[in-house]
Amino acid sequence: MGAFRIEEADRPHLVRLLVIWIVLSAIGVLAVLQIHYPPYDQTVQGQDQSRTLALLTALATPVFIAVVMMVLYSAVFFRRTTPELVDGPPMLGNTPVQIAWVAISAIVVLFLAVVGIATLASSNVAQAVGQPGRAIGQAGGQTGSGTPGGAGSEMQVQVIAQQWYFTYRYADYGGVETTHLYLPVDRPVELHITSIDIIHSFWAYQLGVKADANPGVDNIFHVTPQKTGSFQVRCAELCGLWHGNMADSEGQVVSQSAFDIWIAQ
Amino acid sequence: MVVSERRLSLPNNPITGIVLAIPGYFAGVWLGTLFGLDDDQNTGIILGYLFATAAFLIGIGFLNYPLERLFGWQVTPVTDPAENTGIGRFFRLSLDHKVIGIQYLVTILIMLLFGGIGAMLIRTSLLVPDSTITPPGNYISLIGLHAVMMIFITSAVIVGPFGNYLVPLMIGARRMAFPRLEALSFWVVPPAAVILAAATFWGGFPTGWTGYPPLSVQAGQGMDSYIVGFALIAVALVTSGINMLATIIGLRAPGMTWTRLPMFVWGIFTTSILGLLAAPVLAAALIMLAMDRTVNTSFFLASNGGSNYLWENLFWFFGHPEVYIFILPAFGIIMEIVPHFARKPLWGYRTGVVGLFGVALLSWFVWQHHLFVSGIAPVLRPFYMLSTELISIPTGIIFLVVLGTLWRARVWFTVPMLFCMGFLFNFLIGGISGVYLSDVPTDVTLHGSYFSMAHFHYTIMGGEIFALMAAAYYWLPKMTGKMLSPTIGRIHFWWMFIAFNSTFFPLFIVGLLNMPRRVAAYNPDLVGLNRWVTISAYFLFGSMLVFAGNLIYSWFFVARPAVANPWHARSLEWQVPTPVPAANFDRVPVIVAGPYEYGIPNARPVADLGGIVGATGGG
Repeated sequence: MGAFRIEEADRPHLVRLLVIWIVLSAIGVLAVLQIHYPPYDQTVQGQDQSRTLALLTALATPVFIAVVMMVLYSAVFFRRTTPELVDGPPMLGNTPVQIAWVAISAIVVLFLAVVGIATLASSNVAQAVGQPGRAIGQAGGQTGSGTPGGAGSEMQVQVIAQQWYFTYRYADYGGVETTHLYLPVDRPVELHITSIDIIHSFWAYQLGVKADANPGVDNIFHVTPQKTGSFQVRCAELCGLWHGNMADSEGQVVSQSAFDIWIAQ
Repeated sequence: MVVSERRLSLPNNPITGIVLAIPGYFAGVWLGTLFGLDDDQNTGIILGYLFATAAFLIGIGFLNYPLERLFGWQVTPVTDPAENTGIGRFFRLSLDHKVIGIQYLVTILIMLLFGGIGAMLIRTSLLVPDSTITPPGNYISLIGLHAVMMIFITSAVIVGPFGNYLVPLMIGARRMAFPRLEALSFWVVPPAAVILAAATFWGGFPTGWTGYPPLSVQAGQGMDSYIVGFALIAVALVTSGINMLATIIGLRAPGMTWTRLPMFVWGIFTTSILGLLAAPVLAAALIMLAMDRTVNTSFFLASNGGSNYLWENLFWFFGHPEVYIFILPAFGIIMEIVPHFARKPLWGYRTGVVGLFGVALLSWFVWQHHLFVSGIAPVLRPFYMLSTELISIPTGIIFLVVLGTLWRARVWFTVPMLFCMGFLFNFLIGGISGVYLSDVPTDVTLHGSYFSMAHFHYTIMGGEIFALMAAAYYWLPKMTGKMLSPTIGRIHFWWMFIAFNSTFFPLFIVGLLNMPRRVAAYNPDLVGLNRWVTISAYFLFGSMLVFAGNLIYSWFFVARPAVANPWHARSLEWQVPTPVPAANFDRVPVIVAGPYEYGIPNARPVADLGGIVGATGGG
């Protein structure tokens, strides 16, 4: 294309930059893919988040390298060498380059958005869905998930936040209330997060769950544990004096049989 | 002018202002108590702050002009013109945009010192993973005071000092469109800072800068400081915004066409649009919050039919444009300074302006990305995810324009140029980490963690404050008439750049490893990283002291006078003498060329400063 005619003076710079960029990007992408990204794989949803983090980092690495490389290259090769001031070549802009830049960034952005929306739309979606006006302490078994079809298989757990701890209410087990969260492995769970005083945020790090606990709102989060092990729970929304201590490291994902024994106690 | 016999005047200065403000405060408290509401005196305290501020402004002299115009009273003391040149003018109500710029600069640097000390105390507390150094109540107060103080500062740190001082000079005007509004936009800032600091007497406030109810409705009297102080900053944003827009639209010199406008002025222009439109939303939300706290309305209390989502939406509808209020002038500074030191025309001027407007426009459509895990209706989540990610396109344009300007340039590596390069690196990391937060699945893990804290410190401190430093080294010679030491400047840059990255980059990892923001107690596994960050933060504070030392050193000790145009730059503000004459230009300049036409054969000087024969000038 004539519009993309490369000027003679630009060519050595472009060739050098392209080679450096390809080499560094390849190394960089391979390197960042070696990292294990949180929240790891204890739940299906957490695994999705880890994958998305890896994807974002793999995409961000070439972009980061490109810009840093350009800045450093300019600092080294486009530095003034004469003692007195000289003006550079009067380049006012280059429409094809600008269009290409915008087009490439648009493609990257749209790709990211499509991936993100696809993850959202999939059945493993990790998203909080608020429902207003749910009073606390209503009949435990009837939390009204809004998903009548799957109600049989999804275990209902209400997470009740208050200053400064969480209480868990197992609706399917007669409204048993506990101070540590135990979940059976391989069984979908529907968490109903709410608060009885101010805004808190329920963050079970290894489960890949974070959802705000709003007073008077039933915030729903679907999660499916796929590996046994312990997990940590913290409050992630500033909630006053002892916010920093609103934590519990004794959450457990256990086998169904172990769970049955535990819940019977 | 004849001095009338019955002069009503008090001496108009901050001391009078403070003397009037104290009875003003108690009058407000008395009036509030008179209402007899059982609200822990919140009504009285809020009225007290408002009355005190009004009394302070009267003491400064804001009522003189209206009284003169309405009643013909002679209230303004007739001053000796010599007083308008001495150091005293900086302590009085001045309508000179150059004086206001310096007033703003000094005030904000003092506030920055307090905000920075707050940050150091926070980091000191985090040396240990429990609350032994700082009790949790004090820790949360510190978080709130540091955050809100820094928000006050960053709202105005570029527009206040540099915008007020430079915009008239850069567009060839002798003054701002509304000098009294300009003075007001400055004089509400010191009361806002003092009122915020007064929160310490009430034990601070527990909500951070976001002020989420119901916590903020239940909180003690320190919360009233947050409300009134923040509302005063909203006043500053609106008055400054309307003034900048009117000035830039109306007072450009002949020949200063829109395509010759310096990029810094474009940055101020776009940020002013945001400030003008966003701050009223904040003010409205704050009034509702004040009513919830005082007269028992229930806008935000679910227990009585309100909703905390209302506050979250209003706050972030203001809050997200607000962060672009911080960064747009910084973009303007970078695109302004780089061509002058690259000695090349700005590469893609119109594209750069489109980039600024693109950021400004999109900033209105992204606020719910702060609420991805709040439980708000999920239908719009894909939209907010897309709109947030779209902002990287106009931001990318800004980077393209700067990189294109550097391409095959003859870069003169001055201290301002170093800070521009530092800005590009830091803001790149800040921008990329923003994409992680805009993506709903990853935001579930990252939201409210140190990752988001590191993200916004990279954009605000690594972005805006690095641009501020570039602006300071670049323009202070014109504003103060003294060159800053380039040797200390280079030490300052490298020290600050390394310490900044060493402080904030580990915080991304800390956030990924399960540490939430605003906690005094954290997982002991993370103590190593946190200590590293704290030590780095001390060094970062040290770099700011290097900057302060450079200012003091060059202002008071080694008075190396600045020549009119030390950078050999083309743009208009460097064509006037240093120090800048009281009227800026002898006559209205006629602009005949753009500011960045380096290397263009037969390029004309930017302006004919001789002016139009017979023109009266005066904007």
